[in-house]
Order: sequence, then C-alpha cells, then structure tokens
Amino acid sequence: MLDHELINRTLSTAMRTGGEFAEVFVEDKRSSSAVLDDGRVEELTSGRDRGAGIRVVVGDTTGFAHTADLSEAGLSAAAEAAAAAARGGGGGAKVVAVSPIDVERAAPARIPPEDVAKATKVGLLTLANEAARAQGSAISQVSARYGDSRRRILVANSDGVLAEDDQVRTLFSVSCVASGDTGLQTGRESTGRTVGFELFDEADVEEMGRRAAERAITKLSARPAPSGAVPVVVGPGGGGVLFHEACGHGLEADLVGKGASVFANRVGEQVASPLVTLIDDGTMAGEWGYFAIDDEGRPAGHNVLIQDGVLTDYMWDQLRARKEGRLSSGNGRRQSYQHLPMVRMTNTYITAGHDDPEAIIADTDSGVYVAQLGGGQVNTATGDFVFGMTEAYLIENGEITDPIREGNLIGNGPEVLTRIDRLGHDFAMGSPGTCGKDGQGVPVGDGTPTLRVTSLTVGGTAA
Amino acid sequence: MSELLDIATRVAGWANEGEQVEAFVVHETETEVRAYEGEVESFTRAESQGVGVRVIIDGKQGYAYAGTLDDTALQETLREARDNASFAEPDEFNGLAVPDGVEPASLELWSDTVGVFPTEDKIALAIELERAALAADTRISGIESAEYIDTAYESAVATSTGIAAAARETGCYVSVYTLAEADGETQTGFGFSIGRDPSELDPAIAAADAADRATRLLGASKPGSERLTVVFDPWVTAQFLGIVGHTLTGEAVLKGRSMFADRLGDVVANPMITLVDDATDPAAFTASALDGEGIATRRTPLIVDGELQAFLHNAYSARRAGSSSTGSAVRGGFKSGPSVGAQALTLLPGTQSQSDLIAGIDNGFLVQGVSGLHSGVNPVSGDFSTGAEGLRIRDGELAEPIREVTIASTVQRLLQEVTGIGDDLQWLPMSSAGVSLVVGDVTMSGA
Repeated sequence: MLDHELINRTLSTAMRTGGEFAEVFVEDKRSSSAVLDDGRVEELTSGRDRGAGIRVVVGDTTGFAHTADLSEAGLSAAAEAAAAAARGGGGGAKVVAVSPIDVERAAPARIPPEDVAKATKVGLLTLANEAARAQGSAISQVSARYGDSRRRILVANSDGVLAEDDQVRTLFSVSCVASGDTGLQTGRESTGRTVGFELFDEADVEEMGRRAAERAITKLSARPAPSGAVPVVVGPGGGGVLFHEACGHGLEADLVGKGASVFANRVGEQVASPLVTLIDDGTMAGEWGYFAIDDEGRPAGHNVLIQDGVLTDYMWDQLRARKEGRLSSGNGRRQSYQHLPMVRMTNTYITAGHDDPEAIIADTDSGVYVAQLGGGQVNTATGDFVFGMTEAYLIENGEITDPIREGNLIGNGPEVLTRIDRLGHDFAMGSPGTCGKDGQGVPVGDGTPTLRVTSLTVGGTAA
Repeated sequence: MSELLDIATRVAGWANEGEQVEAFVVHETETEVRAYEGEVESFTRAESQGVGVRVIIDGKQGYAYAGTLDDTALQETLREARDNASFAEPDEFNGLAVPDGVEPASLELWSDTVGVFPTEDKIALAIELERAALAADTRISGIESAEYIDTAYESAVATSTGIAAAARETGCYVSVYTLAEADGETQTGFGFSIGRDPSELDPAIAAADAADRATRLLGASKPGSERLTVVFDPWVTAQFLGIVGHTLTGEAVLKGRSMFADRLGDVVANPMITLVDDATDPAAFTASALDGEGIATRRTPLIVDGELQAFLHNAYSARRAGSSSTGSAVRGGFKSGPSVGAQALTLLPGTQSQSDLIAGIDNGFLVQGVSGLHSGVNPVSGDFSTGAEGLRIRDGELAEPIREVTIASTVQRLLQEVTGIGDDLQWLPMSSAGVSLVVGDVTMSGA
C-alpha cells in the first residue's frame, strides 16, 4: 500500500523529537450496501475512505494524528503533529527500518465483492423480501440489507514490524414487522462472515426471510415477560452476548489496569463455574471477528481467558502489554485510521459441555428459554450487565411453551459466571455483532453451547 | 465555509438533463486530551472531511461517498452514485428538497475562540478536571477517564433543485468518569460540562456531579420485584424522549413501523404532556438553523396537551405523506443519505422541583441511570425494558440506593402514566432536553 522507504522516513520523522515508540497505520476501505424496504429496492450506497493514523508514545503519553493525504508531505505533517502532541523531550535522529513479519492467514475471499454485479446483490434482497411476505398476511413490512466491505490495512512501527492484511466482510439481514390485534411486533435474522460473496453458497436468504417473518408472527401472541429472578436457559449461539458482557469487557487489560474491572487482580482465582472455559480467538477463519493481524500489526491469537472456571489471563494491546513487559495478545483494534487502537474482543466463545440440550430444558421446571439475544451493555467496574432477548419463551414443567415479549435481562457478571450449572454438547456461533467501546465500533463474533443460569433477573412486566 | 459550498455547488452543477444531484460536504477538526494520574494520557489532533453525493434519475435513487475532496474523487463519486441509482427501483415520491421560502433562524453557533484556545490550556483543563474529581470526595478511588474535547464542524449542501446552504458550529466539553469505593464495593459516576466555547466550561461542576453520582450509589442493593412510581432523572428522561421522537418520524409512520401511525388527533399521552421539536432553540446543544437537506429548521409541536398533532418530515416523507417538510432531515455523517429525525426535543416543563415531586411519593424509585436502551426497547412494538439504578423513595424522601434491577412498561403506557413534570429543564449533549418526570405503575424487576 505504501513504499517501505516512505514508511521508514515517516517513522523516523515521528521519532525525531524523542519518541519511544511510533506507529503508522494505513487503511483503505471500500464499502457497498443495498437496502430493500417497503417492497422495493430503495437505495444502493458505495464509497471509499482511506488515510493514515500516526501514533507516537513518550512515557505514558500518546500523541495521535491522522490524515487522508497519503503523500510524503501529508504523512510527514501527521507524523510531526503526533510527535508534537506526545511532547517528547527532543532526542536526535533515530533510524527506523521495517521488515515484513510472517503471518499465518486464511485463504483470501474466493469471490471478492467487487467482482460481483450489483444486480446480483440486489437480486438477493428481492428473494428475501418475497420469501418473508409469503409467510402470511400478518407480515406488514419487510426490509432487507446487503453489505460488503474490503478493508486493506498496513501497520508499521518503530520496533521494525511491518504487516499487512486484506479483510473482506459480507453481511446480510432481514427485518420484518408483523401486525395484529396486539399491535406490531418485529423479527430479525442476520448473517455475516469475514468472507466474500461465497457467503451465499451457505446462507439461504429466502430461509432467512422466512425465519425473520416467523419470529415476528410468533411474537404477536407473546405474553408479557416475567418480572424477577428465574432460571434462564439460553439456546446455542445465543449466549455469546451474555459472556461478552458478563466478563468479556471486564477482561480487557486497559479497563483492568485502571481498576475499572471487577476482574482486576483475580488471575489464578476461580471466577466461574468449573464448566466454563472462555476463549477469545481472532484466528477463527471466516468468523465475523476474524483477522490475520490486529490493527497494531500483531498476529491474531487464540487466547484462553478462563480455563475450567479459573481466570488465566486478560486480553492485551500493544500499549498495555509494553507496560507489563509482555507481548500483546493480538487484541489491539480500532474502528478506522481516525481512531486510536485499544483492547477489544474478536470471536469470544464458551467451549461445549457434555449435556444433552433437550435434557437441560426438560430438567428446568419453570423459567425462560432465550432463543435469540439482542445486544447488551456492561458496567465493568461493578460487573452489572444487561442483555436483550429478542426471541424468548416460557419454560413450564420442563417444556418450552408460550412466546414472551421483548425485554432486557440483568445480572452481575461475577455472580452469573458461578451460576452456570449446565452446558450442552451442542455449539454454535451467534449472529454477527458490532461491539461499541469508547465510541468505536468493531466487528465481533461470539458463540456458546446451550447453557443454563440458575438465576437471572428477567425485566418483564408480569408478576 | 464558502469553500465547502463552492465544492457542493460545483458537484450539483454537474447534473445531467432530467437528473437531480445533491452534494453534502463536511470538514471537521477535533482535539481530544485525556488526562490520567496527572499526566496527558493521549492527545489527538484530528482533521477529517468527506463528501456524499445523492443522485435521482427517473425516480431511482443512488448514493456514494468519498473521504477526499479532490476533483477526481468528486467526479468518481458522482459517477458511482449514478451507477448505484440505476440498480434501485423507482419511487414516485423520490426527489431532493426544494427551497420553501422559510428563512433559517439566526443562530450564533460558532466561536472563533475554539480555534485559538492554546493547547496548554486544553491540557490544563483535562488535568484540573481529573484532580477536582479525585478531590471531590474521599471515597473517590480512581478516574476511569477525564477528557477535554473541542470540535469545529463545517458543512454545506447544494442541489440541482436550488438548495445552496452552509453552516458551521463549534463545541467543546469536559467529561469525567469516576470510581468510588467503600467496603470493597465499587460504583461509577459521570459528569460533564459543555459549551460552544471553552470559557463556558466548568470542570468543578463536572467533577462534583461525577463524584456525587458514584458515591450516592455506594451500598446499593438489589430489591425484590414490584410495581411502583418512578421518577426519571433529567438524564434518563432525555433518553426516553429520544425513543419517543423516533416513533414520531414520517419515515417510521409511513413504513408501518410506528405504534402512533394511525393516531393523529388522538390523546396518546397524559394531558400534562406537550412535546416539541425545535432545533432553532439556541439553548439546545444540537441547535441548527438548517436540516440535513438544507431546509430551514422550525418549531414543530408533536404532542400538545396529550394530543398527537404532527409527525416529523424530510423532503421524501413529506411528499409521500402529502405534507410539507418540517426541516427534519438528519444525517449521520457523509457516508449515508438523510433520514428523518428529531433534532432538539423538549417537554414543556412543569412548576415543581424534583424534591417537591419526590415529596409526593410514598413508595418510588428515582432512576438515575439506565442501561441497555438499545437492547431492551423496541421502538416498533413499544416494549420498554431497561437496566436501572438509583435511589429508593420512601415517604416522600430519598432513601437507600438500588442497583441491578430493570424497569419495564411500554412506550405507550409510560406516556399515559406520566403524573408529574419538573421545572428543572436542562439541555443535554443529545438531541433532547431532560426534565424530571414522574411515571406511575412501572414494573421494577429485582431479586
């Protein structure tokens, strides 16, 4: 993406006033999307955004500047601005020479999105719309969205690292509204992978349309959700958001370092039920949170965070790892070249257990079964977290019965982790998500087997 | 500023016969200083720009954008938007805004001071903010973040249908997140101060708020479940209004995604509720004389004495509804076209202070913060369920802190069950103002 000599000169400029560490992050991102709504293909959007972010570290201070001008003059100006911002003590010339690092990477996208005709992409929307509307006259509205992006990045730093990645992601979603005597209800289905248009070799958009429609129609007869603490069974793939919020964020080294996590100073301790093994894995080829290198040039890692209930490690980025004299775990990510990297999750999952999923439900006298979760939110300092249920049912006498209305569940991370008493032998990755932290969104994946929490507070209205 | 308008006008001028072209151009500079343990943790100097081009040909709409403004990029973006339009399906109501003769409000949203405010002073503000928050209470054990941010934002929109408008604004704020600790338990709080100009910032208020919010929750426990009266703190009310505003947009209404779609003229809220969207109010931090399509913003009463009187419209939704634009086109940056949204929502305030309102409640819950609004509130069905924390109200007085509960109802019911509105109206850094709000018969779920 950039000439190596130009990168060396830019890094040298960044280090000229006494920087201890400097980094150039170059990004060239092309995106396209198409939206069908209200029965017609409404709009196609496409665009390109590229630029470079330059970071200089002096002591505990980071200076950062970015530019959309990738010429020598533009990069030099940004490097000087970042260096000035870090306010180094001045320190003479440093020569930087970068060389490419070896990175294991998945096969490139088989069908790059730019090779696919727009008419073909639009055709998928129409198929999903028709399939959803065919589910019945109760379906009063359908929207479908196709999106792809190709993000090429280059990272070089004063440690001599030079790494590049080419990240292609493709996404498809369908949202339906059903209307009936009880008002309006919604149903959604989405899929997204770090692959090209070959996503649709597997993803059946008509089936997605039908599932989204069924979800909305089912909820028309939903009862109010219970109010209070009950046993909760979460279906395969669904529980990922729960762990993402209950402990994932709390294991990010930047929050831990500031004492803003209930999991600070707890490595080696039993923090969860012995059934729980939690892994964050950026190397899962094709998954939504996959990449070959993170946004600091580190290879993606397979990081065991909790092993059999014992906290084994946190997630690290370059800055926090440097302070501790260790290596980054490959969790340094940023939304774009206009942002500073920080510790972020990739694909976070719980390994499968041994229980028969059917038996987990059958052994639950009364409670709630959550088939699909929405997003969530956590206060890492207190551990209190919420997550939404977008498809859920009552469990009565060991059987899944009536659908219930949407709402949030609330719990405390450290408490909930110890209350996981059943794990199924099934496993699935959940829907593609965008994780927000400090105003930056990055794509993340998650997965779980069917699992049961002995007690979680369901935020409904029924007594 | 005229430079951006020149670019937008030039692109709009490239429209072919029988084609509508709109160009939206932005330029923004931002400085962010984060302080940690008395030092600068990070200093970011950012400058960004971009263009978004919308093309309508034969009723078909396409959009494209670029993060650079050179002529090659502009031409390529227009070409791409044209190509995108050719794959969309026609809609007879598609069309760009046309000038409607309404004069934009005269608003002073720009301060030259922001551009010349010395770096040293920005750093000093962030460090002083952190120091003040730590010193505010002995139980404050740490600071998660303390920052100073300023922005200078300029935009221009021009169309082949005669729109040519430019706007600029500055803003700055300090914000701090505190950690409070007692008996091995940690709680968090935040505080901020916001202005058009650094001289309007008050780090002391931000620090005191952040310390107060965190310490008042120390010792909080999880109560049982029950139905009770809640009081929304202004911060919470403003977030609730944002959801209500979403249900009153022409876009949601016309596409069957609003529970209020067929309710124009009906009483949808307690008669004490009057809800207005007015981006011409200079007190609002989101004030703006022009909307995202270059049409003058205006005051739109949405609910008056409980009766639903209007929906918000941009050019498209107005044309389709047989109405006229309320100047409510909103944009989320240059990478997508305008949608419809509220810009500065406010309730007509009442006459009682928050403590007077609380004095009339035997058993209630002052909700200081909510979480999971994006995951537990469905603006289509109206289902409303959020995590909540705050203070118990007993016999008209604030009592013990509460945490790890949810509050649930529906948007429709919440509006009907309002029984009191405070006099403490305040504009917050979001597109709505906050005010204390008393709502009856809400379910609190706990242990």
